[in-house]
Amino acid sequence: MSSDQRDRRDDRGGRQGGQGGRRFIRARKSCRFCADKVDYIDYKDGRLLGSYVPERGKILPRRISGTCTAHQRMLATAIKRARNAAILPFAAD
Amino acid sequence: MRVYEVLFIVAPNIEESDIETLVTQLSDVATNQGAQVVKVDRMGRRRLAYPVGKFNDGHYVVLTIEGSGSEIAELERRMRVTDAVIRYITIRIDEDLKRAEKFRARRAARAAANAGSARSRRREAVIAAPDEEEDEEEEAEV
Repeated sequence: MSSDQRDRRDDRGGRQGGQGGRRFIRARKSCRFCADKVDYIDYKDGRLLGSYVPERGKILPRRISGTCTAHQRMLATAIKRARNAAILPFAAD
Repeated sequence: MRVYEVLFIVAPNIEESDIETLVTQLSDVATNQGAQVVKVDRMGRRRLAYPVGKFNDGHYVVLTIEGSGSEIAELERRMRVTDAVIRYITIRIDEDLKRAEKFRARRAARAAANAGSARSRRREAVIAAPDEEEDEEEEAEV
């Protein structure tokens, strides 16, 4: 993912030493929905939702995508609706 | 008044003209019960994420309905007995829309406040300008 690369560039540098070795302060990933000013996540938009559903069919957690709490909740609802509408899979192998 | 979004999937072996009649039939059911069909969206034939019945694809149709809720029950009953409809989902969206509207208003208000306080930051003010007008109208209504 390209966001990974960006994060590394945004690193404020590792601290040498300290307790337990290096510590990296990673720049906070930002919520894409906040940046795009999204107020409502449509469950019919399969392409958008698909980017938050990795291969296995599970919902991508906030800690990985960086989505804010409010938008993650909206996203989760939308994904669950989309599953019932056969737009997204319940589980993929 | 509540707003519903009724999505249903029509089996792929149904003729285009038959889908048309089915859609009008179902919207008539809603209208006869006193509801209003605001929008009919034919999303066309799409692949299903998993097989439903024995079908791998289907025609998606979305009806946006404004009504009291009783017509939804009738509509769902009809769809349940119609073999051509392989899947249906009803979602109430008025509350979601209201919330989205609130967010939009709040953001517009904030943009206006920023533009007002920081006149020196011309560039931002110019960007915020189109939102600002909208916001003033909204405030006037409230």
